[in-house]
Amino acid sequence: MDTMTTILQPDHATIPGVSKPVKSRAARRVHGLSDRAIAWLFVAPTIALLLAINIFPLIWMIRLSFTNLNLSMSYLPLRFVGLDNFRDILTDEDVWFRLQTTAQFVISSVALQVVVGFGLALLINRQFRGHSFWTTIILLPMMLSPAVVGNFWTLLLQPQIGPFNYLISLFTGVPTSSFSMTGQVSLAPWTIVLVDTWMWAPYVMLICLAGLRSIPDYIYEAAEVDRASPWRQFWSITLPMTVPFLMLAVLFRAIENFKMFDMVNLLTSGGPGSTTELVSISLKRAAFEKWRTGYSSALAIILFVTVFGAANIYVKTLNKVKQR
Amino acid sequence: MRRLGWLRSTVASAVVAAAALGGLGGGQAAAQGKQLTLCWAAWDPANALVELGKDFTKQSGIEMKYEFVPWTSYADRFLNELNSHGKLCDLIIGDSQWIGGAAENKWYVKLNDFFDKEKISMDDFVPATVVGYSQWPKNTPNYWALPAMADAVGWTYRKDWFSRPEIQSAFKAKYGRDLAPPKTYDELKQIAEFFQGREIDGKKVYGAYIFTERGSEGITMGVTNVLYNYGFAYDNPKKAYQMQGIVNSADAAKGLEFYKELYKCCTAPGMTNAYMQEGLDAFKSGQVAMQMNWFAFFPGLYKDPNVGGDKIGFFVNPAGPKGHFTQLGGQGISVVATSDHKDDALAYIKWFAQPAVQQKWWQIGGYSALKAVVDAPDFPKSAAFAPQFLESMGIVKDFWAEPSYAQLLLDMQKRVHDYVVADKGTSQQALDLLVKDWTKVFKEQGKEVASQ
Repeated sequence: MDTMTTILQPDHATIPGVSKPVKSRAARRVHGLSDRAIAWLFVAPTIALLLAINIFPLIWMIRLSFTNLNLSMSYLPLRFVGLDNFRDILTDEDVWFRLQTTAQFVISSVALQVVVGFGLALLINRQFRGHSFWTTIILLPMMLSPAVVGNFWTLLLQPQIGPFNYLISLFTGVPTSSFSMTGQVSLAPWTIVLVDTWMWAPYVMLICLAGLRSIPDYIYEAAEVDRASPWRQFWSITLPMTVPFLMLAVLFRAIENFKMFDMVNLLTSGGPGSTTELVSISLKRAAFEKWRTGYSSALAIILFVTVFGAANIYVKTLNKVKQR
Repeated sequence: MRRLGWLRSTVASAVVAAAALGGLGGGQAAAQGKQLTLCWAAWDPANALVELGKDFTKQSGIEMKYEFVPWTSYADRFLNELNSHGKLCDLIIGDSQWIGGAAENKWYVKLNDFFDKEKISMDDFVPATVVGYSQWPKNTPNYWALPAMADAVGWTYRKDWFSRPEIQSAFKAKYGRDLAPPKTYDELKQIAEFFQGREIDGKKVYGAYIFTERGSEGITMGVTNVLYNYGFAYDNPKKAYQMQGIVNSADAAKGLEFYKELYKCCTAPGMTNAYMQEGLDAFKSGQVAMQMNWFAFFPGLYKDPNVGGDKIGFFVNPAGPKGHFTQLGGQGISVVATSDHKDDALAYIKWFAQPAVQQKWWQIGGYSALKAVVDAPDFPKSAAFAPQFLESMGIVKDFWAEPSYAQLLLDMQKRVHDYVVADKGTSQQALDLLVKDWTKVFKEQGKEVASQ
């Protein structure tokens, strides 16, 4: 049964010695506003801010994407070039290669993060000694700045003095200096996946943990009554009931990884060669190193539409899963 | 009337005295509260400049404030500042390659009138630095900067290792010649191969350190030292922007192959993305026998307690089969067009151009480009690396200084790194693609690019 609290307003007329409050002119004016108007009054500053820092730059960027603007040559006349920038991007082999590299990075790192994060969540969901301590330790990487992570992993992975190569050498016998995690074409893509997973698997763990804790105990109790094995309980109860949470984690991480820049830039600068040059690094180079403003605006729009479209399809799928 | 006459003459005397004092120290009082911001890269010479700038403050009363940014973000940071017409910098020591863009976009104040007025002659500076740091268009008397920091790529080597009898005899036995600083790139490679993996004082050492950095300009500033000497040029000297067959000539491809061979045979493991600082670290930690780096760092290395002094030697970038050049570094100092303190900034340049100031600049760790300093008879003996510096400044070549230099540079970074470090394609393919990239950039810039 819902409980309701009624706040009784004092009736000034009935309380002796208390005079009725006199309404100020401003108060009367506000009093004259409709609820809708007051609501608008409250949200107006936020909307204005949103328009100024989000919508206006977006519209401006759309405008620039149809021009030849290059800020390093701003003395050249600004020309409307129609869809030329979009055509250049979509017919450029390098851009497709960058998108392919980005897709590989997103898929590998998100898949690994989901597996590791879900595994950690299952572990942390149990009560054991030092539970809080270990939870904090596991969450630590997520709290660090990507710049810090990039820098210290660069040191950890240094072939001659880094402990990573030393550990690999200890277990495999391969000489420490014989391989470079960030400098070899075959290893560098996996290195950025590894470091990203180290940093963000705890985030997936947190989301999964919320999912695991939302499963009512009585379902497991009923399963135990039916003599369902732990394995069966996992496949029939735990996994299906955490799928919406997992999908949410995948959505968040996929969007974030699609935009990944700082950590990869610090670890490999997109190298060796262009092996780990994600599309975000290409975009940054085009916009703020080559100063190809028109071209980079068009690239940013293409990326925005891609992520927005993919996220929309994904959210619709997520809603369907939730309804089941 | 008499009293008034006396008063008038007293006031006049006071005015004359004040004016005279103004020339000496009175300006200091007038300049109280004035401040100039100078923007540059964060490196050893910047510390020397701070020291030098104290004299300017003492003389003018103008406080100096500095914005020093690490090399890896130096271009991004300051080009962004100039592009957005910011007011952070009054004076900027901008990279030589920026001069075209800075002039065309009017980011810098043109200094011709100022030089004429103050009797500052560009003939008094080393010619390569005037062309490299000040002129746009190149080789025309249009000046946008005063040569501030002369620099070029040079080499350091472990003199103490080279002079050890057992190492010398082992080298002679293997190659049939004395171990000495290399004069050619073939000799350099031989020496690097000789030291690679050798154990010295119980420690494994490596042959050479070369630039391989991907993100900013590193690998380009390294590879050009070999390319120039193998016959690479940026365009046809008789036909501007004609690059086909010049940039990607068979000789240039051989040069690129050589750089890759040197990288593969003789560098320390993990040097896949290494520039100035990594080179300094490798040399200071006793890891490499020879190091490619900018002369700007050599005063600091010479003072290093572990590898400096008698242990370090210097040599000029070795020659190749087609010539003897080295990559120009260094910068000129310019007045930012959007500065609110242009007059004070010009006063700084006037002060900085004085021979006595330039002499002190060289003495405390900067590199003067003033002929009066570098052509002085005692200059070669003034520092252990001075003769090599002087020789290098006579054989320098620079990268494109076009307004679109950043695009040209990043294209080269990508193509060279792809080939040298990531093993992608052949050297010929890398240079062919580079010609394609550069042609596209110049066409976008509205230049006519002849294919033959």
